Amino acid sequence: MPTEPTRRRITVTEDGPILVQGPVEIVLADGQEVISDRAATALCTCRRSRRYPFCDTSHRRRVRTDRIRGAEADRTCDR
Amino acid sequence: MTSDTAMPAVVAPGLPAPRGPLSAAAFDTLRGSPGEQIDAAAVAQADPYGDDLQLALYCCYELHYRGFSGVGADLEWDPQLLGPRRHLERAFLATLRADVPGGTDVSAEIDALLVETPDASGVSHYLRRCGQLWQLREYVAHRSLYHLKEADPQAWVIPRLSGPAKTALVTVEHDEYGAGNPRRMHSRLFGDMMSELGLCPQYGAYLDAAPAATLTEVNFMSLCGLHRALRGALIGQFATVELTSSPGSDRLVRAMRRLGCGPAAIEFYAEHVEADAAHEQLVRHGVITPLLASEPELATDVVFGIQAATLLADRFSDLLLRNWTASQPTLRNPLPDAPSQVATRQKIAP
Ligand code: FES
Ligand SMILES: [Fe+2]
Ligand SMILES: [Fe+2]
Repeated sequence: MPTEPTRRRITVTEDGPILVQGPVEIVLADGQEVISDRAATALCTCRRSRRYPFCDTSHRRRVRTDRIRGAEADRTCDR
Repeated sequence: MTSDTAMPAVVAPGLPAPRGPLSAAAFDTLRGSPGEQIDAAAVAQADPYGDDLQLALYCCYELHYRGFSGVGADLEWDPQLLGPRRHLERAFLATLRADVPGGTDVSAEIDALLVETPDASGVSHYLRRCGQLWQLREYVAHRSLYHLKEADPQAWVIPRLSGPAKTALVTVEHDEYGAGNPRRMHSRLFGDMMSELGLCPQYGAYLDAAPAATLTEVNFMSLCGLHRALRGALIGQFATVELTSSPGSDRLVRAMRRLGCGPAAIEFYAEHVEADAAHEQLVRHGVITPLLASEPELATDVVFGIQAATLLADRFSDLLLRNWTASQPTLRNPLPDAPSQVATRQKIAP
């Protein structure tokens, strides 16, 4: 009896990374190989990550505090 | 299975010192010599966010985790303790509900957590910009109350979920517990960081030193985890942590590099930059979306969980920043490298 192949789920998000199921090996454009043993790995699509190819949330919208109601700028450091 | 002979022996901590009539009464019961019972009237006299109530509640909850040496394990389900605990919980929960705006718009709450404000105030921003080593060590000591049992309060919610939300939550929890490798458990990584920073990595070592604002955050997780009725709030609390952790952890990595901390110290937060970027997606798309599709009435509680967790995190952050900017320690028993520790014992500005 033919069985359904086990497929990995890859989730594309609207504004952030691609989520890949299971441990993975990633081959970068320069041939470098990177591994992730996590059950789910977030791969950066915005190219802004400082841990490329992994997402580090650098894709997030950045706003100064004076543009957000209730947010407070840091005045606690001397520098 | 990975065996690891270097794992420390499991030792339950001793009970801390009481901080008022409620904690004194709770500890009498815990020691097996109940006296004055905690009732609603006694609880009404106490500050719901204060040391006495929060410590009493923390120690009642602790029986569900590791317990205390000299305290019978059977007390966990003893009405003598559950009755008083209910009074403490009700006061805490009622205050939290009154102190947050509430609502049903989960997406709006989540969007607000996803905006980065590079110039914001907050402990991780402060530590990255100008924190000193004693302040970083204090921060880690405070956080040890949660991180040495990291992911445990949220594990209570697993049997209260079903379908895809349960699968996704367990995927995150599995990662928190080291994905099959005990050396990679986040609680273990945290202990390794404590040792490298010269702190005591033993479970409960800083309970006596922790002010109310530290206990309150952990108590909120235990409260929501232990009550099925609050499962939506637990998911909101969990989402708040997973969505804000990655950029905050990155700031702490940079603080530690600037302060010249060692690799085991840096590893805990470095791991969280990457792990929580993935956990964010799992919690948003894997847990919250299917949960609200199957139980839309939980939206109010998810919003409450996010708002209350944010409120308590802000209270904790305010306490630290207010004292640090005045060169004051924030632990009740200051660390040896904290400034002017002789005169300041227990004088933490509330
Ligand atoms: S997609 Fe997240 S950092 Fe690029
Ligand atoms: Fe973690
Ligand atoms: Fe996480």
